[in-house]
Amino acid sequence: MREVAIVGAGMTRFGEIWQSSLRDLFVEAATEAMRNASADHLDAMYVGNMSGGQFVGQEHLGPLMADHLGMAGIPAARVESACASGGVALRLAFMEVASGMSDLVLAAGVEKMNDGADVTAVLASAADQEAEAYHGITFPGLYAMIARAHMEAYGTTEEDMAAVSVKNHRHGALNPKAQFRREVTLEEVMNSSLVAAPLRLLHCSPVSDGAAAVLLCPLERAKEFTDRPVKIIGSGLATGSMALADRNEPAFLDSVSLSAGRAYKMAGIKPSDIDVVEVHDCFSIAEICCLEALCLVERGKGGEAARSGLTALGGKVPVNTSGGLKSKGHPVGATGVAQAIEIFEQLRGESGDRQVADASIGLAQNMGGSGASSAVHIFQRV
Amino acid sequence: MPSPRYWREIPSRYRLEASRCCGCGKVAYPARKVCPACGADDWKQIQLSRHGRVVTSTVIHVPPDDFLMEAPYAVAVVETSEGARLMVQVVDCEPAEVVPGTEVNLEFRLIRREGHGGILCYGYKGVPAG
Repeated sequence: MREVAIVGAGMTRFGEIWQSSLRDLFVEAATEAMRNASADHLDAMYVGNMSGGQFVGQEHLGPLMADHLGMAGIPAARVESACASGGVALRLAFMEVASGMSDLVLAAGVEKMNDGADVTAVLASAADQEAEAYHGITFPGLYAMIARAHMEAYGTTEEDMAAVSVKNHRHGALNPKAQFRREVTLEEVMNSSLVAAPLRLLHCSPVSDGAAAVLLCPLERAKEFTDRPVKIIGSGLATGSMALADRNEPAFLDSVSLSAGRAYKMAGIKPSDIDVVEVHDCFSIAEICCLEALCLVERGKGGEAARSGLTALGGKVPVNTSGGLKSKGHPVGATGVAQAIEIFEQLRGESGDRQVADASIGLAQNMGGSGASSAVHIFQRV
Repeated sequence: MPSPRYWREIPSRYRLEASRCCGCGKVAYPARKVCPACGADDWKQIQLSRHGRVVTSTVIHVPPDDFLMEAPYAVAVVETSEGARLMVQVVDCEPAEVVPGTEVNLEFRLIRREGHGGILCYGYKGVPAG
């Protein structure tokens, strides 16, 4: 396998972007990534997207996006793994470059959620249709059941979960691309309306439009495109039980643990080597569970992490410096790639007020569904 | 939901049919072709008892459009004495009172009306055991 680097990145701001279509969002992010690396062509492209078909009635995104990027003719395909679609697109691009098959590959993600669809129902199609969605469960509902199981097993509290939202909003307030560039207080989170008990509105990531793209090439060619490439040193993908009812321990995310183990092994590093982390906080409880599955904290100790300051900017392991899905926004197909961009910029020292001092190794974890799939990537400054 | 699919799912939906793996004894609900625990493909059909205990739960306040009229409603993962776990709504009670450990009976109920035709879809819901 060849060593692979990210040499360029581009993303739209995340939010309710009424004036831009699915293709507009994609083209904005993709052209920025290519311009960022002064690249004038692509050898291949992967487009992470959860549900263009249900959100805006558009499938077949590989050729559509290649065409609108002015690249009709290149190999391009849409990749789907629910909310982990972006992370899986990144993995496929990484594999294509590592294998020697292609040199310049774009990994992108895009989602247009604010165009009138029944978003709650579309997202629920990432759950088990026959065993779960049929009975009226929603995604906040699935994570609420994970939260309740975590509270039962480890004594995690609503305050613990609220502290995750407070921290991520504090980070997101510093991110010009974030959907919610404002802080929230613990009281505001605790008093926000119930979505699926015990989860409240401010425990939940928002409904967002947005796109993100990164350009990959072999490390040996990286200097043609940038003087600050970032290496991808580990990639892990894993699946777990689709239905929450089929998991022995609903509060533990097996797929996250498996994907992390694979990525750590490939990278040859330990969890304690990591300087900056992006995890899939689609709901506050998800960040708590992911920290445990990534072995960044002991099992059952995730609840304390945000409250104690461990995971805040300036803490020992800063988590979701971008604001996370909670504050930055969560256009589901784009999220995995946007997480990689936050780590890319952190390792290049480009994160401004959110910069983690001297960060050299970073990790991004992107989850699909209620944890049925997870993609983990580990990055290193060159 | 197209009617062939609804018809196909009747055994698990209407009769709570599950299957027990002849290799390792794992109970799968709904029935499966391959055992997720041991990989065997030899199964014995069983019927779940109409009683279980809540493993974890939530109360849905923001539902999908099809369930708008019902919110807030409780949904729980319920484990039966056979060791099968299923996701069901828990009704005829204060939703907030459905918590881990709550004992429920499983009763045949209307689950939803689907599509423009308003097809009635049935299945089981939990009701706290007296």
